Order: sequence, then structure tokens, then C-alpha cells
Amino acid sequence: MGRTIAQKIFDDHRIGTPDTDVQVIRLDAVFCHEITTPPAIVDLQQRGKDRVFDPARIKVVIDHVSPAKDSKTALQGKILREWARRHGIVDFFDIGANGVCHALFPEKGFVRPGYTVIMGDSHTCTHGAFGAFAAGVGTTDLEVGILKGVCTFKTPETICINITGTLPNGVFAKDVILSVIGRIGVNGATNKVIEFAGPVVDAMDMESRMTLCNMAIEAGGTCGICAPDRISVDYLWPFIKDEYDSPEAALADFSKYLPDPDAAYAQTIDHDVSNLTPMVTFGYKPDNVKPVSEMAGTRVDQVYIGSCTNGRISDLRIAARVLAGKRINNTVRAIVSPATPKVYNQALEEGLIKTFMDTGFCVTNPTCGACLGMSNGVLADGEVCAATTNRNFNGRMGKGGMVHLMSPATAAATAIAGTIANSPLYTR
Amino acid sequence: MKSFSGKALFLDRSDINTDEIIPAKYLTEISRDALAPYLLEDLKFDGFDPTADIADKSVVVTRANFGCGSSREHAPWALEVNGINLVVAESFARIFRQNMFNCGMMAVELPVDTIDKLFSTFGGHDTTVETDVDGGTITVSAEGMTETISFTISRFDADLVASGGWVDFADANY
Repeated sequence: MGRTIAQKIFDDHRIGTPDTDVQVIRLDAVFCHEITTPPAIVDLQQRGKDRVFDPARIKVVIDHVSPAKDSKTALQGKILREWARRHGIVDFFDIGANGVCHALFPEKGFVRPGYTVIMGDSHTCTHGAFGAFAAGVGTTDLEVGILKGVCTFKTPETICINITGTLPNGVFAKDVILSVIGRIGVNGATNKVIEFAGPVVDAMDMESRMTLCNMAIEAGGTCGICAPDRISVDYLWPFIKDEYDSPEAALADFSKYLPDPDAAYAQTIDHDVSNLTPMVTFGYKPDNVKPVSEMAGTRVDQVYIGSCTNGRISDLRIAARVLAGKRINNTVRAIVSPATPKVYNQALEEGLIKTFMDTGFCVTNPTCGACLGMSNGVLADGEVCAATTNRNFNGRMGKGGMVHLMSPATAAATAIAGTIANSPLYTR
Repeated sequence: MKSFSGKALFLDRSDINTDEIIPAKYLTEISRDALAPYLLEDLKFDGFDPTADIADKSVVVTRANFGCGSSREHAPWALEVNGINLVVAESFARIFRQNMFNCGMMAVELPVDTIDKLFSTFGGHDTTVETDVDGGTITVSAEGMTETISFTISRFDADLVASGGWVDFADANY
């Protein structure tokens, strides 16, 4: 049988097999943020092992609570900052240059097809959009990654989700991934990699693919992966142009990470999206998913557009298109958090920030903030938020709060209506 | 090696996520001990009261997909600082399971029928679990009822438990 993308990447990176089914792989990149890294740094110091395997392969950002909101978050930033300086880590993104890690690092060209990446953050699966194996890990795995540049995983089995049909107008990658999670469940891909394939994925831009892969973890997936193609090469070209004679040469090289036609998948699921409608979550699990039409009229207190799922420039463009010339309902408050400084700047230059402000949105600096209930838009007990984020767990955005996950188009339409509503971009 | 025996806390729900085990607002703590009062603070279901039910417990028995969601190792740490080093479940989320063994703790999977039987026999009773790590058994007992159940963990996971975690093992071997 042929090999999947993840199997090919593992075969290129394996340095040990400490047990049947357990593989130790070499890491091409270790990403760090200020929530899960400081305990690793402190532990390494206490063990007398305050070293890094390769400062050039470690990329660091302060993003979860930025700027610091109190002494404790200031200390987390301080530990990370001093550690990066001490070890000569050049790619450290402090306040002013920082953004949501899974939006910032792709934008900097830090991920390539065939790479292995870990981070102490479950949404690290986002980077699989580039044909990489990227997985969220805990602090101990991160600590060993920092120290030795290795990590262990079980031999990865892969589910292939073949997304077929034609995506209707006003239906987006977020709706696709919500429908996939609704279908396979929050446990549907546990211990497995999801390869997103098929004509709908082939036609998606990189930002849409990142939205897809970002939520693989919400189905339990270790990583979401899209096969590298001309679209990924074109996105990466500014970063790789000195390494290859032409985009064609780069594509030919990356093609070694395409899945074999007879790749051995644990499961193949055909997922036709031709009749898909905009989707929204209704409970406290990301697989509690319904069409927006069935939730229409549900009152919300806050609308939040941002996060590593949907805070990129294409997301802001779509939301601004829905909002242009309108005002948000006077029963809601609305927040937009461009995911990176580059996204913020582009949104300024394109007039999107003015659109958001004219409609009544609060525009915040790039940060993870409200998505996990740490800052910049935490809910009060009993409040409801329409959010473009990735988790609707009980208390996620604040104790006693309810989060409905949706696309930026639906969130913008909801801000105008004051209740959950389909956007006019959806015309069926 | 840590202790894996003691009184059992039964959590009769699947898909308990790491936000429920330890909410994100406490992730600003650098010290593990500071997490102790907040374990399972946001877990809501009928018959569970975190302040009353966690005290004196050393083992969690639960359903499928325990520890899904965020990668935060603060979830195992919050269990550990409350004296809970063993979780027995039908299944675990990948990152949580790995984090447990990386900390020298144990995440033991048992078949759904066995978990069902544990809940129906022992749920609601004052239950004690005695764990024999080398023998691969847990002995569950309450009010005259006793059940011994075999479990398997991989050799690699057993090495992590024996060596107290992944950091020293990795530094010595890679």
C-alpha cells in the first residue's frame, strides 16, 4: 500500500522507535507562546538544563494576553522575553510586532511542506494547511522539543475527508469544518491525522485551508493536512524564492509529500458540500452544529470576529462586505480583533477598519484575548456571544457564558440583526 | 513512582474538556500548586459539586474522550496537586493522555462494558481503587463488593511512569 502525507513526513523525520507504534521524530520548528512555555522554561532551569536545541528553529510570540492585563500576565511575558534574549532566539515577536500565533507564523513563512512542528497549543494543527505535520502538545513535550528538537507520536493513522461538490455562495471554510465536526463528532478523529482533500479544498486559498485545519483538533485530530500544491507554493514564494529556481521547481520538490494514489487510509469520508448552508453551534461542544436558519432569532449580547480560526484578512474582508453601510444593532456590542499587525495594516489600507468603526465595532489589537476568556471581551454570567472562534465549551469565553461558533459572514449579519442571522451573501 | 491508589471520583459524562478541568483564566499561574482550588470548577452536571466531591479523592473514573480541547498541561497538573495521579476512562484525547504519561501519571483505558459496569456497581458508593502498576491491575472495592480488573499500558508509557516523566528520559536517549 502507498503512504499518506503524514506517513511520508514521519518516514523522513524518524530517529527512534522506543516501542511498537511509538515514534520519535526530529522537529523542524518549535513554536512558543507565553502561556505554556514559561512553565517549561522554569522547569528546564530547575533541572539545570536551560538550553535550546537550535535558536533558529524556535519561534516565539506573546499573543494570548497582549498587552499584559495584570502582574501575572506581565510575568509570563517577562519570562519568555528574557529566555528568548538569553538564547539568541531572533524570531521573537513582542508587543507591536505580535499577533495570534497560528496567523502570525504562517505569514512569516515559518512553515513548509513536509515540516514537523509542535507548539504548546492545541490549534497548532492549523499549520498542516501547508502540507506539514503540526501538532499541539503539552508543556512537557514542548520542553523536550525546546531542549532536544524531538517529540514522540504514535504512528499516525489518517482519515481522508474528501470534500466534493461546489460550495454555494455565502458558505465558507468555517461552515465546511463545522459540518465535518458535526458529522464525525468531537471524538471522530482522536489519535488520527485528517487529510482534507477533494476539489473544494483544491480550490481554496491558504487562509481557508488554515481555517479547515485549525479545527481538526475539535474532532480530536492530531493534525489537519492539505496536500501541497501551486496555491501553497505561491503563498510561500516570497520566503523560498532564493531556494528554488522557479515556483515549478518548488512544486516539484514539495510533490514528494503528496499522498500516494493507493495511500492506506484508516477511513475515507466523502463530504459533499453542494447543499451545505451556513452553520452554527448550539451547545457546549463543537459537534453540536445546526444550519444558521434553525437558530435564526437567537439573541446575542456580543459579536466577536477574530482568532486563529477566522481573524485573517479574508475574514475581515467578508465581514466588512456584510457590514458596509449598516450599523450594528443597539442591543449588541461587537469586537473585531485583526489576528496580526499585517492583517491590521491591510485592513486599514483597504478601509475595512473604518467600516468596522462606522458600524459600531470596537477594534482591538491582535491577541487571542476573548477566544479563551482571558481578556478583551470576556462574557458575564448568562451572556451570549456570536463568535468566529473555535470552541464553545462551557465557560470558554467567561464563566457562565455561551458561545455560538460561526463564519465571519454570519457573525457580521448577526451583529446587524442583534440575533443569529444568515448573511445576505448566502442567496439560497 | 507516584501513588495511583485511593478513593475514586466518578465523573459520569463523556467529552469532559480541559477548559472544564481547569479554566483558562487560571493559566496565568506559574506555580502548579496555585491551580489546586480550581480543579473541575467549570464542570457542570447533575450530582457533581467540585468543592465537596474532589476532597480526599485520588483516582478519577470517567467515560469517553476525557481531556479533549486545549493542550494545557495545567489539566494534569491540577489533578496532580489534588493528589489524583490516575484517570481511568473509556478513552482519552491524545494530548491529554500524552501529558499524563509525560508527567509520570497514568491514563488507563478500559473497554466501554467495563466502564459501564464500574459505574453501575460502584457509582454513588464510597469506592477505593488499589492499583498494581507492575501487575497491570486495579482492584475496585466498596461496601463488601470487590472487582479486580486488568489493564494494559505500553512499555514506553510504563517507562515514563517508572522514570517520573519524559524530560529526563528524552535527554538521556536522544
